[in-house]
Amino acid sequence: MSLDKIWVFAEDAGDKVSTGTLELVTKARSLGGVVEAFYAGTNASAVAAELGNFGVSKLYTVDAGGSLLGVPVASAMAGQIEGGNKPDAIMFATSYDGRDVLGRLSVKLDRSVLTNNIDISVDGGQVKVDEAIFGGATLVTSTFTGDAPHLVSFRPKSFTAEAGGSTTAEVIAASVSEAGQAKIVARHVEEREGPVLDEAALVVSGGRGLGDADKYSMIEDLAKLLNGAPGASRAIVDAGWVPYSYQVGQTGKVVKPDIYIAAGISGATQHMVGMKGSKTIIAINKDAEAPIFSIADLGIVGDVHKVLPQLIDAIKGR
Amino acid sequence: MGRGSCSDLVLWRICGHDYAMNVVVCVKQIPDPAIPGQLDPQTNFLKREGKLILDDSDAYGVEMALQLVDAAGGGEVTLVSMAPNNEASGLRTALAMGAAKAVLVSDPALAGADALTTAKVLAGAIDRVKPDLVLTATEATDGYTGTLPEQIAGLLNFPSITFAKKIEISGTTVKVDRQTEAGYDEVEAPMPAVVSVTAGVVEPRYPSFKGIMAAKSKPVDELTAADLGITPGTGQQIVSVIAAEARQAGEIIEDDGEGYLKIIEFLEQQKVL
Ligand SMILES: Cc1cc2nc3c(=O)[nH]c(=O)nc-3n(C[C@H](O)[C@H](O)[C@H](O)COP(=O)(O)OP(=O)(O)OC[C@H]3O[C@@H](n4cnc5c(N)ncnc54)[C@H](O)[C@@H]3O)c2cc1C
Ligand SMILES: Nc1ncnc2c1ncn2[C@@H]1O[C@H](COP(=O)(O)O)[C@@H](O)[C@H]1O
Repeated sequence: MSLDKIWVFAEDAGDKVSTGTLELVTKARSLGGVVEAFYAGTNASAVAAELGNFGVSKLYTVDAGGSLLGVPVASAMAGQIEGGNKPDAIMFATSYDGRDVLGRLSVKLDRSVLTNNIDISVDGGQVKVDEAIFGGATLVTSTFTGDAPHLVSFRPKSFTAEAGGSTTAEVIAASVSEAGQAKIVARHVEEREGPVLDEAALVVSGGRGLGDADKYSMIEDLAKLLNGAPGASRAIVDAGWVPYSYQVGQTGKVVKPDIYIAAGISGATQHMVGMKGSKTIIAINKDAEAPIFSIADLGIVGDVHKVLPQLIDAIKGR
Repeated sequence: MGRGSCSDLVLWRICGHDYAMNVVVCVKQIPDPAIPGQLDPQTNFLKREGKLILDDSDAYGVEMALQLVDAAGGGEVTLVSMAPNNEASGLRTALAMGAAKAVLVSDPALAGADALTTAKVLAGAIDRVKPDLVLTATEATDGYTGTLPEQIAGLLNFPSITFAKKIEISGTTVKVDRQTEAGYDEVEAPMPAVVSVTAGVVEPRYPSFKGIMAAKSKPVDELTAADLGITPGTGQQIVSVIAAEARQAGEIIEDDGEGYLKIIEFLEQQKVL
């Protein structure tokens, strides 16, 4: 078994492909075979040029007809496979649409899925994927026992996107035999200022230890002063203090900034999987036993209501 | 609720449908997440022995279903769960919240079942109930494969809307605000449909004493894989489990009123200040 042909589900991030897509095609290319992509977004010709620079040779476009992508994209992929165009593996990002397409396709092809991986390799004739569990403390390596194509998804930021290749991908319209019935009737974009959370070089996140929704402004102030992005634990997202787009962790964003500051966050495993890849970590928590301290480069055992205002004033005064 | 041509609300009433809305909620019963997880050294499967509890993430689906049935003015909530050893304590919690009954699939042959096999089992059980709507969470707390909702929908040949932040029923259409990277989309699908709900979509109620007592006698229909005509299997295998390289803790200091200066110093070293 080798990976001679890999398909990647390419995602639209507003007229260009998502960073996650570029991470996946970079990894796929490194495995040595042909890399092709499926894309249901806008601006396919620009995307074909960009993905060509990342070594993608063909871009199959899918017309989703205004529906969610699960059914139409899975149907387009399954259609190609039935017609004899068969990849060895299909790679997805662990994203909203990625998970939808992956789930539908697994049923259409009657294939098992391995999700949330951080790496893939071919070893001794087997395709192997690695998943980090228990908040990253344990690494589990799995393989498929059934036939290709193998269906796999990866956590964001598992790979670093790097261009390589200099052709434009050939654009091919893939036919869709089954239209989706879940129709998108309106889209809403939440406006945010400043650097994007999962791309910022510095992130300041707040948790339940802030005590009150109003106190989140300290996090925003500090983030702004340090030219970083504000983030949050799920506890305060669920409590409605900040929008979901601020959430860091297993079910939120994966961030890998140079500096991550966690204020009033306990360090639950589901939070840590989203930030433990940060280059350095600073934690402020009043409980010396808080798990977040076990991964912090600098830990301050103290009250956020004292430390944060002092810190903000000191930086302002510089 | 109405099916077929009676698709708008007025027609649907004229067509003589009652207001009953039957909702299935998939609920996973898991080991208490407060206790650190362990893999069985023999099989490498997550250990699931001992008492299982209702996955917190599924409490949102149960609450949502109860509210939708309430709003429809009739119908009931049926729970569907796959768990080892006919474990039903998590189901009792959801029954105590107000679900009417449960279908529990339990079979030693299903130990270590992969996500697709689990989906086949759940879809088989759901199909017996013939619901108008199926709710799941977006991912389970213990395994978090995250593909079950779409797989269940695929097997039942239902439309699906994942990552719901809000659900509304209008006639035979389900309308959902679906979480996206950028914000949210308004999405509509004809029922029956599968919808996965995000945490926080509604505030789950606490079971009342009366509810807890009533739950004890609510029906739990126990099935095996064979009852559903499913041959248990898996298409994957764990080949190794190792401890990942641990990140080392650095300097931890007690704040004496000047802890912030340590942070300033650190930021200076990192050339942020
Ligand atoms: C399936 C699933 C997925 C999840 N996904 C995520 C996810 O993506 N991201 C995420 O963050 N969580 C996630 N969680 C939730 C996670 O398990 C924790 O519940 C959550 O991270 C806790 O948030 P917290 O640290 O803000 O709150 P808590 O755990 O309540 O911690 C608050 C901390 O603040 C400290 N504190 C209190 N007062 C002060 C003070 N005055 N000064 C300083 N410190 C103080 C306390 O000592 C405590 O350590 C998930 C859970 C599940 C089940
Ligand atoms: N064994 C199970 N029994 C009932 N529901 C389940 C089971 N496994 C998963 N589910 C449902 O499917 C959702 C997604 O699961 P998963 O894809 O495993 O992360 C869960 O949150 C549950 O709502």
